[in-house]
Amino acid sequence: MHPAISIIFFTTASGAGYGLLVLLAWGALVGHLGSQTGFGIASFVVAIGLVGAGLLSSLGHLGHPERAWRALTQWRSSWLSREGVMAILTFLPALAFAWSWVVAGEVSKLAAALTIVGALVTTVCTAMIYASLKPIRAWRNPWTVPVYLTLGFYTGALLAALLLHVYGLRGPFVTFLIAVVGLVATALKIGYWMFLDGGRSASTAETATGLGSIGKVKMLDPPHTESNYLLKEMGYRVARKHARKLRLFVLLVGFGLPILLSFLAVQGSDAVAIAGSLLAVASGGLGVVVERWLFFAEARHTVTLYYGSSTA
Amino acid sequence: MTDLPTTGAKKLGLVIDLDICVGCHACAVNCKEWNDGGHSAPLTDLDPYGKDVSGVWFNRVHSFEAGDHECGRTVHFPRSCLHCETPDCVTVCPTGASYKREEDGIVLVNPDTCIGCKLCSWACPYGAREFDEADGVMKKCTLCIDRIYNETLDEIDRVPACVSTCPVSARHFGDLGDPESKVSKLVAERGGYDLMPEMGYKPVNRYLPPRTPKRQGAAALKPSEQVEAKGFLAWLDRMLSR
Amino acid sequence: MSLLNPPDRIDFSAPTADEVKTTTCYMCACRCGIKVHLKGGDVRWIEGNKDHPVNKGVLCAKGSAGIMQHNSPARLKKPLLRTGERGTGEFREIEWDEALKIATGWLGDIRKTDPRKLAFFTGRDQSQALTGWWASAFGTPNYAAHGGFCSVNMAAAGLYSIGGSFWEFGEPDWEHTRYFIMFGVAEDHASNPIKIGLGKLKGRGAKFVSVNPVRTGYSAIADEWIGVRPGTDGMLVLALVHELLKADKIDAEYLVRYTNAPWLVIKAPGTASDGLFARDDKGRPLCWDKKSNEIGDALSVDVVPAIAGTYKLADGREAVPAFQLVAERYLDPAYAPDKAEAVTGVPADTIRRLAAEMAEVAFSETVTLDVPWTDWAGRRHEKMIGRPIAMHAMRGISAHANGFHTCRALHLLQTLLGTIDVPGGFRFKPPFPKPAPPAVKPAGKPGTLGPGQPMKGPPLGFTTGPEDLLVEADGTAGRIDKAYSWEAPVAAHGLMHLVIRNAWAGDPYTIDTLFMYMANMSWNSAMNVPETMAMLTDKDASGAYKIPHIIYSDAYASEMVSYADLVLPDTTYLERWDCISLLDRPISDADGPADAIRQPIVKPNRDVRPFQDVVLELGARLGLPGMVNEDGSPKYPGGYSDYLVRHERAPGIGPLAGWRGADGTGQGAGAVNPNQLERYIENGCFWHHELTPDQRYFKHANAGYLAFAKSVGFVGSTDPIILQLYVEPLQKFRLAAQGHGPIQPPDRLRARVEKFFDPLPIWYPPFEHLDAEGYPVSALTQRPMAMYHSWGSQNAWLRQIHGANRLYVGRRLAERDGIADDDWVWIESRLGKVKAQVRLMDGVNADTVWTWNAIGKRSGAWGLAADAPESERGFLLNHLIGDVLADGSPNADPVTGQAAWYDLRVKISKADGPPKSEPHFPTLKRPPQSPEPAGVLRHGARFKGRA
Ligand SMILES: Nc1nc2c(c(=O)[nH]1)N[C@H]1C(S)=C(S)[C@@H](COP(=O)(O)OP(=O)(O)OC[C@H]3O[C@@H](n4cnc5c(=O)[nH]c(N)nc54)[C@H](O)[C@@H]3O)O[C@H]1N2
Ligand SMILES: Nc1nc2c(c(=O)[nH]1)N[C@H]1C(S)=C(S)[C@@H](COP(=O)(O)OP(=O)(O)OC[C@H]3O[C@@H](n4cnc5c(=O)[nH]c(N)nc54)[C@H](O)[C@@H]3O)O[C@H]1N2
Ligand code: SF4
Ligand code: SF4
Ligand code: SF4
Ligand code: SF4
Ligand code: SF4
Ligand SMILES: [Mo]
Repeated sequence: MHPAISIIFFTTASGAGYGLLVLLAWGALVGHLGSQTGFGIASFVVAIGLVGAGLLSSLGHLGHPERAWRALTQWRSSWLSREGVMAILTFLPALAFAWSWVVAGEVSKLAAALTIVGALVTTVCTAMIYASLKPIRAWRNPWTVPVYLTLGFYTGALLAALLLHVYGLRGPFVTFLIAVVGLVATALKIGYWMFLDGGRSASTAETATGLGSIGKVKMLDPPHTESNYLLKEMGYRVARKHARKLRLFVLLVGFGLPILLSFLAVQGSDAVAIAGSLLAVASGGLGVVVERWLFFAEARHTVTLYYGSSTA
Repeated sequence: MTDLPTTGAKKLGLVIDLDICVGCHACAVNCKEWNDGGHSAPLTDLDPYGKDVSGVWFNRVHSFEAGDHECGRTVHFPRSCLHCETPDCVTVCPTGASYKREEDGIVLVNPDTCIGCKLCSWACPYGAREFDEADGVMKKCTLCIDRIYNETLDEIDRVPACVSTCPVSARHFGDLGDPESKVSKLVAERGGYDLMPEMGYKPVNRYLPPRTPKRQGAAALKPSEQVEAKGFLAWLDRMLSR
Repeated sequence: MSLLNPPDRIDFSAPTADEVKTTTCYMCACRCGIKVHLKGGDVRWIEGNKDHPVNKGVLCAKGSAGIMQHNSPARLKKPLLRTGERGTGEFREIEWDEALKIATGWLGDIRKTDPRKLAFFTGRDQSQALTGWWASAFGTPNYAAHGGFCSVNMAAAGLYSIGGSFWEFGEPDWEHTRYFIMFGVAEDHASNPIKIGLGKLKGRGAKFVSVNPVRTGYSAIADEWIGVRPGTDGMLVLALVHELLKADKIDAEYLVRYTNAPWLVIKAPGTASDGLFARDDKGRPLCWDKKSNEIGDALSVDVVPAIAGTYKLADGREAVPAFQLVAERYLDPAYAPDKAEAVTGVPADTIRRLAAEMAEVAFSETVTLDVPWTDWAGRRHEKMIGRPIAMHAMRGISAHANGFHTCRALHLLQTLLGTIDVPGGFRFKPPFPKPAPPAVKPAGKPGTLGPGQPMKGPPLGFTTGPEDLLVEADGTAGRIDKAYSWEAPVAAHGLMHLVIRNAWAGDPYTIDTLFMYMANMSWNSAMNVPETMAMLTDKDASGAYKIPHIIYSDAYASEMVSYADLVLPDTTYLERWDCISLLDRPISDADGPADAIRQPIVKPNRDVRPFQDVVLELGARLGLPGMVNEDGSPKYPGGYSDYLVRHERAPGIGPLAGWRGADGTGQGAGAVNPNQLERYIENGCFWHHELTPDQRYFKHANAGYLAFAKSVGFVGSTDPIILQLYVEPLQKFRLAAQGHGPIQPPDRLRARVEKFFDPLPIWYPPFEHLDAEGYPVSALTQRPMAMYHSWGSQNAWLRQIHGANRLYVGRRLAERDGIADDDWVWIESRLGKVKAQVRLMDGVNADTVWTWNAIGKRSGAWGLAADAPESERGFLLNHLIGDVLADGSPNADPVTGQAAWYDLRVKISKADGPPKSEPHFPTLKRPPQSPEPAGVLRHGARFKGRA
């Protein structure tokens, strides 16, 4: 699948935003949030900013952004619609939560709890947009939702650590969280890639054409000699060799390095903490962007079966 | 709602005979011609005279070889929307622009409400959805809805453009929900099949498989005794009047 | 709810047009009937005309893309006069009056001095009746259309054998055949009828065999694909003949009735009459009558002719029935299936089985129609009985140097099986059959031509012996293309592919003006393109072009336009009158003659004129006979449409056969009808005369049909047309080569003429295959169904289907040479090399590679971007095909001069470097004031109707 920048940014940014929101709300629920106004404002600006920017960027992907509101109407069947609805709905408790904490000075636990639910559900919806697509084996599998959730949480935690450090707060728990979630993410991604490499789509050139009874099916000619929307959108393929390298990059730069940096950060001075966690965010962010890029680039759509692939 | 309609009895669709499709692309171009000025007008072409030409087409004709070397077969294979009974291209649509008609099962896109999110094209296993970049909306085979009910056309012309133009008559149009219809009978008789049944989309369109070749069993001719035994002079010595 | 999700505004019944006009498609030469739907003056939609005899409502891909052809940005806009060097494409626009003055000046000078100095050659148009007549009136024999490089050997083989031919002169009996064998056809001119027919035939459960080195298109749907080695079909067919003869599975009765099988052939080796038919003093052929046991009149109804034996003629010479020669030759083990396997690569068992299948169908599955008919002798037959085996062939046979004989072999096989014009067999399309060969002789013998004089007859015809050749006393060719010379004695259509070389070389003489119409001769219809381009621009010592003037009419910015001095821009097919005439290449089917017109559907938006109007105007300006009145005024001031109605070739016979006579009731013949064109338009722009059921088969011997054919001028008499197993005219040329008669070939050609003018079919390896060491693979082209030669690439829709071409290579062959899918390779022939990208496939003969024809384009032509895929990844095999062989003799069929495109032998090897085809020639300039083509095309937007 074509890795569109807008979609990569949308899923990674909003994932991180929701991850951060969940952490903040969780902190509030377990009573860890005090009246750190600066930290509070900054955290919400970052979290809601990421969610909002992600959503806006997803609009950039549309042929008719001005009609985007229509996407809220089909929540009964469409995960994309649900995602839109949930994203908007989640703004309500999130803003209430922010108000209660930063302005009113009294954290609303109800708002916080609803924020957690909203953020998680929205992230699941985002993941389900992909996990529901039958023609794409790389997406429609049990790994997609956990990976989206985990990575959202993970990137959110990286951001949380940075914000804490910027505001002179220390959160060893967050560091611990980063490590745990990062390791879970590593495990999930390795598991996912093993799944991806270890099996084949049920659909083949033979089932796509129904000609399997004659024998193996090979493409002789595509319908058109030049490319087309379908091929540009669904025919994108990254070379195996590159994919290997990029996977390693994701594991090292996306997970390994940030975890390491996070540990270094909590142990250093304030400046070191800020620098370390900033680097961790940058490294983790880059890693997750590459992960998302790969998530698209490695995904093969069944339409390619009509264009010379033997499996999808 | 992009919920699927409670399926009506009528399932309009195409039956494509791979035994006789010669891969001439007539259906594809005629489809383009009709629909370029039809309900989904235009089917935009980008860089039409340049290096990277591409366009919106509702029907594309592929060529495959099945089987090995000389013993295999070449099969020309037209591909368009199959108007599936339970297609996710409809249910994934966030706006309701993508819908399946209750009255005849035709799957369409409403160009006034489509936001161009492309999700339906990802959800279609068959590659039957075409994004028109210039219009910013998704387009697809309409089963020529502006022909099949068009009262300004003669009755006989109220069939999809691709069907009426196919020179070998490899394309048939009708109600696959009616077991008594010509197309249903054809499917039954010739073993018409679904593409990628494992997807569970239940395509309405069917493909008829290549037939098994005829007369491969004749034994070689025996030399005529007359020719052999008596030489051909004798053999030819018959009284043949004019 | 509807606010959130408003219903789709579908206009279920949007009207398709403000106005619908009928005309005839010309996206190819199949000429289907179309209905053009106009909305707001623009073409909204073109559909097939259901009433039309050719296409019955269907349209092919090309026909469906007519809108894009009509609106092509490559359309020429105004007459052009060359300003730069030839071949660079530098022109200035001029007014029509200036253009016509220039042309009249050049042509007038020629006509006043030596009319032969005009060479007028036209492509695949359908105005040959007009252009040939014009050339005759001008006085030049140097006229031909594309037939010479297309399939003249096949046309000639048919016309000399059965008085008809494959090509457009006949068709399989789609309704009744049970066994259909197709030889070397990818698309053919009858593009839609063949497809309609194949659909029917397979639906009926008839068997379809395709003999073709490549398994695509029609071959893909065949029940059996015979992947024959290129150029070897003749051997395959003669092996089938061998098997059938050996098993006595031939229709002897049919042979006796309808063929020259019983005609006695003189056996007098060394004499001038050897191999000729024994004839009585009235010239009637003789036979041995077994009833009276004496020599009889072979054309008499009452004889019981022998088809074997040796008989003494009255003068004591020996003679044998023609059939005996057939049997003797093909029963020989040299034609046994095992021998054929070695040549063709088709397993002997397969050949034996095919023969057996054919015998089974022919002799145990006869088709009987309950239609009484009367034969030429007045005998009534209660039924029409046929052997339902049909054959069809095209360029897979004709584009080889042995195509004439291979095609003869096919007709022999058909005739032995008794399948010519019988139910289930091959059927003639009127005006065919004609006497084999037709009685027209080519005009233009040296000495009969002169300044200011018209020729005494048409430039093209059928020679029947050395006396008909157009040669000087010393054997020098009389025509610039050397048609009807000893190089190509039976060149029935002329040899367009040799014009440029001969004109450049001044061999046999120099010319002044090359006037061409609708032929892209500097590109896809040239053999050896690079050299052809060089010849077109070559200059003599004085700096003058060796071909002094080139006038060219095209409708689009083709490669050839850049090589003209004066360009006469034509209209598109929706902008003019045209005529698809019985005098030319009609659209008849086997059930009856038909012709058609094109009418102007839209007005040109450019300063262009229909070429036919221009030709008539030039004729009038030059004062050519038939084109001016006594007072010198133009005879057809109304242009071509005026001519179509008022011109008569013979009394009562004009370009159009329908609605003749003052009252419009004449069908086929009759006086001029001033309202004829209106009647055509009322009828959908075509005329089709349905033969009565009793006239539809056995046309060569059917009294009813022959009477009709005579009444409308198709044939000169109601005599039966005898199918020629043994073709005597060939023997006449051969005798001359053996030293008999006053007109003999030059010594260098004696052996060749003697060998190849065999009156019975022979097989010999194509010349290019003989010294092909180092070039082990045959390279072919195929017509893509969705493209018409070079025209298609300017079409925004069609070029998406074929924007570039690959070299198709068999997987086994590729493996051997270490070539993988998508690799780039050099294709090398003895002439040079071309770089192309590979596509691997299974369904191709093991020793063959192929590509689509005419997809490769020269950069800058056809209104395309300079880096369009057509020139970046497209390529032409033509660069590798020699117009002459290594020894300088034509790369052509020695009988007819037909260009041997498919004899090409190559080797392939992996290529490095950028992924780009080679060779590349300098980018051509667009004609002046050409618009930049649009970046986005949304033609249909203007028609969008929403409820
Ligand atoms: N769509 C379309 N239609 C056309 C044209 C076009 O350009 N496009 N051109 C028109 C013209 S001008 C012509 S002449 C006709 C030609 O019509 P076709 O005769 O159909 O022309 P080709 O494509 O040259 O097909 C030749 C076929 O013969 C096969 N072949 C080659 N060598 C041999 C051989 O030795 N033996 C056998 N058995 N087969 C062989 C090739 O594989 C190919 O399939 O088509 C006309 N119709
Ligand atoms: N390698 C290879 N070469 C081949 C063949 C092959 O099989 N293989 N086939 C050969 C055969 S059989 C043929 S017939 C030739 C065909 O070759 P050409 O006769 O050169 O055919 P086209 O490419 O169609 O070119 C005809 C020209 O007519 C112009 N034209 C189109 N419509 C109109 C019109 O309405 N008016 C005017 N005035 N001009 C118009 C086009 O723009 C084009 O320049 O190619 C031959 N060359
Ligand atoms: S028009 Fe008919 S024969 Fe041609 S490609 Fe389409 S389905 Fe096949
Ligand atoms: S073929 Fe694709 S677009 Fe058509 S209904 Fe089925 S899933 Fe939807
Ligand atoms: S592209 Fe249009 S039709 Fe397709 S899912 Fe999105 S809104 Fe629906
Ligand atoms: S039914 Fe109509 S829209 Fe669909 S492929 Fe055929 S011609 Fe095109
Ligand atoms: S075969 Fe196609 S291009 Fe040729 S005349 Fe018919 S519709 Fe037109
Ligand atoms: Mo041709």
